[in-house]
Amino acid sequence: MTAPGTFVARYGIWIFGAVLLLIMPHVFTSSFALNLMSQMGVLIIFSLAYNMLLGQGGMLSFGHAIYFGLAGYFTIHYLNFVYDDIAPYIPVSLFPLLGGCVGLFFGTLVGYVSTRRAGTTFAMISLGFGEMVTALTLILVAIFNGEDGIQTDRVVGPEPLGISYGPNIEVYYLIAVWVLVAAAAMYALTKTPFGRMSNAVRDNPERTEFIGYNSQRIRWLAFALSSFFAGLAGSLHAINFEHVGFEQVSALTSGLVLFMAYIGGVGHFAGPVIGAVLITFLNGTLTTYTEAWQLYLGVLFVAVIMFFPGGLAGLIIMHQPIWRIDTRLLAPLTVPYLLFIGALLVSLIGFIGLVELLIYKTSRLGAAHDLTIFGITMDPSGVVPWISFAIVMAVGVYAIRKAFPVAAGAWNTAIDQARARAAQ
Amino acid sequence: MNAALQLKDVHKSFGKTEIIRGVDLEIREGERHAVIGPNGAGKSTLYNLISGRFPVSSGAIRLRDQDITNRSAFEINRAGLCRSFQVTNLFHRMSVLDNVRCGALFSLGHKYAFWKFVSRQKDVAERADDILERIGLSGKRDWPAGMLSYADQRALELGVTIAGGGDVILLDEPTAGMSHSEIAQAVALIRRISTGKTLMIVEHDMGVVFDLADRISVLVYGEVIATGTPEEIRNSAQVKEAYLGTEAT
Ligand SMILES: Nc1ncnc2c1ncn2[C@@H]1O[C@H](COP(=O)(O)OP(=O)(O)O)[C@@H](O)[C@H]1O
Ligand SMILES: [Mg+2]
Repeated sequence: MTAPGTFVARYGIWIFGAVLLLIMPHVFTSSFALNLMSQMGVLIIFSLAYNMLLGQGGMLSFGHAIYFGLAGYFTIHYLNFVYDDIAPYIPVSLFPLLGGCVGLFFGTLVGYVSTRRAGTTFAMISLGFGEMVTALTLILVAIFNGEDGIQTDRVVGPEPLGISYGPNIEVYYLIAVWVLVAAAAMYALTKTPFGRMSNAVRDNPERTEFIGYNSQRIRWLAFALSSFFAGLAGSLHAINFEHVGFEQVSALTSGLVLFMAYIGGVGHFAGPVIGAVLITFLNGTLTTYTEAWQLYLGVLFVAVIMFFPGGLAGLIIMHQPIWRIDTRLLAPLTVPYLLFIGALLVSLIGFIGLVELLIYKTSRLGAAHDLTIFGITMDPSGVVPWISFAIVMAVGVYAIRKAFPVAAGAWNTAIDQARARAAQ
Repeated sequence: MNAALQLKDVHKSFGKTEIIRGVDLEIREGERHAVIGPNGAGKSTLYNLISGRFPVSSGAIRLRDQDITNRSAFEINRAGLCRSFQVTNLFHRMSVLDNVRCGALFSLGHKYAFWKFVSRQKDVAERADDILERIGLSGKRDWPAGMLSYADQRALELGVTIAGGGDVILLDEPTAGMSHSEIAQAVALIRRISTGKTLMIVEHDMGVVFDLADRISVLVYGEVIATGTPEEIRNSAQVKEAYLGTEAT
């Protein structure tokens, strides 16, 4: 069973992932990069957990941050309790398990109600619970400390193996280990009877009832298990930031994880990983350059939904039948794809220019001094920058409309050739 | 003769219209029982009542010694009754193999397990291989069900239905839309899968019906107007008048 070929095919990607996690902090050594990578890890787990619902189980939740955030609050409190000798000591490394159990507890409770129905009803109920819990975190000040949230010091108790979790690098490696463990566990779950039936309920809940299954029970189980991993991620978030606030349970975080899963691609197990890495990276880097980051994220989301509903993973997967046959068939795609990406970038430059000008003009600080966009300094009170960016955007959009059919046609040709070769 | 399935004075109304108007029916243990009748007579509705898709308005349904009236679909399935659908009803994004495996999982006791791998379960693999072989889809086991041709989807519909090993099988127009050669194959397949089991089949092709059935019931406007051997049904004046005469094939 374990010939070297199958071993590499089966575990290669996991070993690659582990090595990547191991060496990343040595490639990107700044503390900014380290923090960003720690966040990526946390959100990889969270978005994979979210996709157990959305991609695997067909449940669109607008309130999955509840389990992430509540586990975070619990983690902070527990650390403080340990600090005050109220609660028994648990190694910080194992806190994510505790957070997972908190997520599991609330997920089981809420899921009992919300998973009775699928589709729109489920989505609405999830939204309602999300708002409820957010409100509670602001009302119950004694527990959640209102808008300020609660904080802790993660350096507590003995230091097993000399790990104090004082330095951020130690927290990074804690997160990295849990990313591997949680991702492997969630991947394994997709291969179990529960995982298969979760897919079946997604595709056709009614039919599952006629092969012996209670489809509500399957959705409930999926919801509870997904909440476990969301809680695990939330606990790591708390350890990483030593702070949790109402944002972590709110629609903001619920929306973010939805964006990550969708942009990455819900149809493939690794899709949310791509989404989490990309969005966290953009979030972390772009916020220093622009106030309009949220707007751009929204545009990206809408564009993916409209044009690439399979997400980034879907884009990659649609080329799989081609490279399986012969990677050389991909070569003719390069030029059309580059043209399309070029057109996309041009229109993006125009769009971003216009948005930044608008923000500058409408903000109270938009006084007399000049504005720098893409390294070009301009006088925003004149019409020249506006007209220039508008023209760039128009050219870009025109180019997209020309380049897209060409790129799509190239893909069609390649896939036809691959099919023809496969049929031989 | 023991009854595998027994319907007593079953009624079903949708709103004000009564679709099933007092059906008494007995399917004997081990027989192949065909239900025929014009379109809109209520055959599929009758299946939906028996299999727990809809609740009855009144009346009683028994599966062997169990009262299954208005029980949920999955309970009825677990009690040993399996059904196919007139309109193909599959897990379209999953592979052919996974469709069949899903059909088998619960009955083999794997239920909601999340601590074992499906691919490591010998019993599931054997059952799935056997069924794929029978329905002739072994070569397409990795295809997504949604990509299969119509005839192949009909075959898979049968495969998912019987994968759970239920011994009372209800098939709703399994050969609808098939060509002559495909029908011949399908009939041979149905004969094989129903050997040693109890079969109830709704079918429009009279050739198939008279070839396959031990007994036939005729459903017209929500009532069973006759039940008997193929010979009796063929010679019944009442049936001729109500049904066969108008739709002779
Ligand atoms: N869910 C439903 N709601 C309302 N009317 C229905 C429903 N299902 C079936 N009917 C009606 O019941 C009648 C019988 O339909 P059906 O059982 O599908 O007939 P058959 O299978 O014999 O062709 C039809 O007039 C149909 O419109
Ligand atoms: Mg019908």
